Amino acid sequence: MTRTATAPVQASPKIAMRNVKKAFGSKVVLDGFDLDVMPGESVVIIGGSGTGKSVSLKCILGLLNPDSGEIDIDGQPILGLSKQDRDAVNAKIGMLFQNAALFDSISVWENVAFTLVQGEGMARSKARDIAMEKLGQVGLSAEIGERNPAQLSGGMRKRVGLARAIAGDPDIIFFDEPTTGLDPIMGHIIDKLIVKCVREVGATALTITHDMASARRIADRVTMLYKGKNIWTDRIEKLDSSGNPYVHQFVNGLAEGPIDLPILKN
Amino acid sequence: MNPLRPLGAAFLNFLEAAGRLTLFALNGLSHCFRPPFYPRLIGRQMIDIGYYSLPVVGLTTLFAGMVLALQSYTGFARFSAEGAIPNVVVLSLTRELGPVLAGLMIAGRIGAAMAAEIGTMRVTEQIDALETLSTNPFKYLVAPRLIAGTTMMPLLVLIGDVIGVFGGYLVSVYKLGFNQITYIQNTWNFLEFQDVFSGLVKAAVFGLLVALMGCYHGYNSRGGAQGVGTATTNAVVSASILILIANYMITELFFAQ
Repeated sequence: MTRTATAPVQASPKIAMRNVKKAFGSKVVLDGFDLDVMPGESVVIIGGSGTGKSVSLKCILGLLNPDSGEIDIDGQPILGLSKQDRDAVNAKIGMLFQNAALFDSISVWENVAFTLVQGEGMARSKARDIAMEKLGQVGLSAEIGERNPAQLSGGMRKRVGLARAIAGDPDIIFFDEPTTGLDPIMGHIIDKLIVKCVREVGATALTITHDMASARRIADRVTMLYKGKNIWTDRIEKLDSSGNPYVHQFVNGLAEGPIDLPILKN
Repeated sequence: MNPLRPLGAAFLNFLEAAGRLTLFALNGLSHCFRPPFYPRLIGRQMIDIGYYSLPVVGLTTLFAGMVLALQSYTGFARFSAEGAIPNVVVLSLTRELGPVLAGLMIAGRIGAAMAAEIGTMRVTEQIDALETLSTNPFKYLVAPRLIAGTTMMPLLVLIGDVIGVFGGYLVSVYKLGFNQITYIQNTWNFLEFQDVFSGLVKAAVFGLLVALMGCYHGYNSRGGAQGVGTATTNAVVSASILILIANYMITELFFAQ
């Protein structure tokens, strides 16, 4: 993605995470995680399964409370906010969940229009028009909008999830493994849609993935998470010349290397 | 190891669960009275609980009334007290059997469905999605179910009472040879407002308990399909037990001298 020109160089970060720690019982998942995401930038967090990628997103969203550390959005600390202020922050954020997490008790367009109707109290007919327009942006017809989410294929569900994430014109969009479970072609199409939608909305994007092809297409900057810390952060072009043995092993999918996989010990 | 340890641990676990449930209930109830409200969702739950449960509750109370008449006849005939059958049928139904049987049937039908639906929403991240869309799950999922459960159960039980009495009437008149008019008169004359009212209070409490257990176990389910299955079982079992306990306590409140 070449959006470098639009990203202000000197601006303060949109999202700042400082020394964030989170443990579940004795299992330490985040162990001093740091991240700056500049406005309009697309940052991808890579890392193996179970390295705390999802946990980092959930901490920013307020779905999980970090044990310690600091998270700022637009320079405002968001940990310990009241429910009301928290909702105001979340209103700026859109999220595409791994399996799209569509509400299966309502139709596709009602899913897309969810924030508009429930959050902003918009009239259903108007919200429906906007939902159909957003569905159009992700390449789905109005006829799909009337269906039930259970009737959709994996790729379509991702598209609907994307339409729902951008429906509220968010400042920030999170993508949780956007290509997982899709074939490579559909994965590529979703990546292109993500890049297009993020650019149209003018949002800051934070993606977690272990699909390297996807990361190369989406990212301005990449950070690698290993054992709860970011061990390497740089521009996407540097990915292949990182000089970091962990990154080298991960990017190239090598079975041999410094990365400590519990399964290999047995 | 100290043999008292598991006992203490179990007790602490129980207290912890009771505390969690109480907080959950207070949170859910508080959202029943604070805007925004979701009339569409409340309406849908009301139809699901009130309307679609009618056949189940109707059949249950019909046969309960029938068997009551038959069973009390075989007993009462021994000392020529057949005349008391209409009273026995109507009092047992309105005070006890109507609300309890309906409550248990609703626990199986509605409590299980709620736990399964909310549990599936939990494990497929739909509840997380609700929060990221600035919608409070307690307001959107829990409050409508609590409202619908508490308001629809008394209506269901009231209809169930009438059907149950009709069941007793059918057996008494067409099988046991009672006079139609005397049967209805006896039913009506001995019935007091408090009998029906206590049954409806029970129904409202049972409706709340069923909805609460369904939501609580669904909301806290973990770990995929198996977790949802466990949540569903727990919702039905705990709702049924709580119904029987609450039934005794409310009876004590109304009728103990």
